[in-house]
Amino acid sequence: MTDAIYLDNNATTMVDPSIVETMLPFFTEQFGNPSSMHSFGNKVGFAVKKARQQVQSLLGAEFDSEIVFTSCGTESDSTAILSALKAYPERKEIITTVVEHPAVLTLCDQLSKEGYKVHKLSVDDKGRLDLDEYKELLDNKVAIVSVMWANNETGTLFPVEQMAEMAHAHGVLFHTDAVQAVGKIPVNLQQTKIDMLSLSGHKLHAPKGVGVLYLRRGVRFRPLLRGGHQERGRRAGTENTASIVALGHASDMAAAHLTTENTTVKAMRDRLEAGILAAVPHCFVTGDVDNRLPNTANIAFEYIEGEAILMLLNKAGIAASSGSACTSGSLEPSHVMRAMGIPYTAAHGTVRFSFSRYNTMAQVERVIEVVPPIIAQLRKLSPYWGENGPLLEPDKAFLPVYA
Amino acid sequence: MWDYSDTVKEHFFNPRNAGAINDANAIGDVGSISCGDALRLTLKVDPNTDVILEAGFQTFGCGSAIASSSALTEMIKGKTVDEALKITNQDIADFLGGLPPEKMHCSVMGREALQAAIAHYRGEEWSDDHEEGALVCKCFAIDAVMIENTVRDNQLTTIQDVINYTKAGGGCSSCHEAIEEILTKVLAEQGQKPDFSQPTEQVVPKKPYAMTNLQRIRRIEMIIESIRPQLQRDRGDVELVDVEGNTVYVNMTGACAGCQLEMQTLGGIQQRLMEDLGEVIRVIPAKMREQQQLAQIQGV
Repeated sequence: MTDAIYLDNNATTMVDPSIVETMLPFFTEQFGNPSSMHSFGNKVGFAVKKARQQVQSLLGAEFDSEIVFTSCGTESDSTAILSALKAYPERKEIITTVVEHPAVLTLCDQLSKEGYKVHKLSVDDKGRLDLDEYKELLDNKVAIVSVMWANNETGTLFPVEQMAEMAHAHGVLFHTDAVQAVGKIPVNLQQTKIDMLSLSGHKLHAPKGVGVLYLRRGVRFRPLLRGGHQERGRRAGTENTASIVALGHASDMAAAHLTTENTTVKAMRDRLEAGILAAVPHCFVTGDVDNRLPNTANIAFEYIEGEAILMLLNKAGIAASSGSACTSGSLEPSHVMRAMGIPYTAAHGTVRFSFSRYNTMAQVERVIEVVPPIIAQLRKLSPYWGENGPLLEPDKAFLPVYA
Repeated sequence: MWDYSDTVKEHFFNPRNAGAINDANAIGDVGSISCGDALRLTLKVDPNTDVILEAGFQTFGCGSAIASSSALTEMIKGKTVDEALKITNQDIADFLGGLPPEKMHCSVMGREALQAAIAHYRGEEWSDDHEEGALVCKCFAIDAVMIENTVRDNQLTTIQDVINYTKAGGGCSSCHEAIEEILTKVLAEQGQKPDFSQPTEQVVPKKPYAMTNLQRIRRIEMIIESIRPQLQRDRGDVELVDVEGNTVYVNMTGACAGCQLEMQTLGGIQQRLMEDLGEVIRVIPAKMREQQQLAQIQGV
């Protein structure tokens, strides 16, 4: 698979070899429990402390004690939202958005079954929020606002810094799921009013199974996992030391490459989009094109289905992902595409290409060559596609018995 | 990535009969664009003999939807419409060497397109009784409306009932929470409460080309026969007595009977059988069953 082209970095990233190197001693000679008094644990304790400072520096947090290591982004999201509900039991409302990651949406759906009122902010056709709608909802009945910093499917950025200011003006806690944003755009939490933030290691070249909850000093907090005194009692359970050390190193590397992301990586993304849009008719970029992550391109190919595209791309050695229903085993296309009002004939054909600094421009050129014939091949099979293009009124020309 | 069979992949990468038949006299359109599946089947049928001369498909859908369409057109060509109608969605899946459970609906769509096209050929109105709700059981593609109606019509009260009547929840069990909610809701309408006290059993999906009982017993006999020479070398022997579900009863004779290594030998036979049949098998000395039966009789 050395020739394979990996363009699915929003799903997960390659662990950098130098990061693997830093982890290894913590499986062997540095196996001690950081809580132990003896010298086996003591050194490990210092390594965890250093990693905490590295993450603090990447996030621009004021204190290293604001960094709580968790097992993943999902755990951080659940911890943040459930903590706010427990800390403010008289507040029964939550504000979030329709395009959040399932880590937040599924939890909120469950909470609404348990009696909480969940407000989901809608988005327009480019995936943008209406801040007036948001402002109307802010009052002392709201326990927490949870809004993602960058959308995982389209890369669209939300104005979370401004939204956190607005929440604070109404005395409401603000959490952001920033697993896609951290490492790709500048973050400086001490200059914001963001109270809690979720980060996931494997999105920035650290391994899977480690995450962070940023918890601003002074924010009322109730732990999800109770037990030992680890993480100052805010997240019990023996630390995943090797992965924590890896995340620390990955944070340093991410900080060093922030410019690369916004120049080299962005240039590759832009070239890919321009190349595909020029060669393939009836396709378009989804999301807020002028305000998104530098590494993400989400292209809707009309009248065909995404899983079929991915299978053909995979055969050509290219890895990407799709918002199609079939890839997930559900029967509904991506909730993000539906929320933006993308028609079904396009929503099922969305393909996300997400880059990292380990991609090359040569790879981009290869993808630009491979994609157009794949799209043409599948359109030939499509009942919505005629001899020379889409049927003029696909809905009338092809109307299945049940729809 | 889905675990597609080689046949599925082959039919996806090289679809047969893709595109519309120009002078078709049977057309079936089925599918649901919201679900990302739509299929138009076009057939040319000889009006004198009812034989399907040509078949073509156009599919908007995933890899297995395209493969199912391709398989269907291959299967029906040369058949009369009556013969073609006997093809079930399981036949389509079998032709493809099986489909992942979540993808069985692709074969259902093929079967429905065939029904629709033949109805069109015969000048009949084809209507689908498909009523769609939110998908609850992804393993067997059962939606909420279907479960609700079945619970109501049959006065079901437990998840096991729902599994037995609809299959929903009989696979991975991740939808049991959703089924509990449906049961609670429907029973509340009748002023009743569901019963969640009993654990549920898993439905094991039937494997394509599963062996018949006779074939399976013959297979077991054959494997045991192949082990016998080794035992005979040590002046022992083994004899197949009975097969009951997953339990195989044997008699150990000669030097093997009562030998200290008897249990170990049985374990070896059991391992061979499991590897060959691909299922969990217990090998038990027949005399143990006799002792148990005797104990039961004496107990009475």
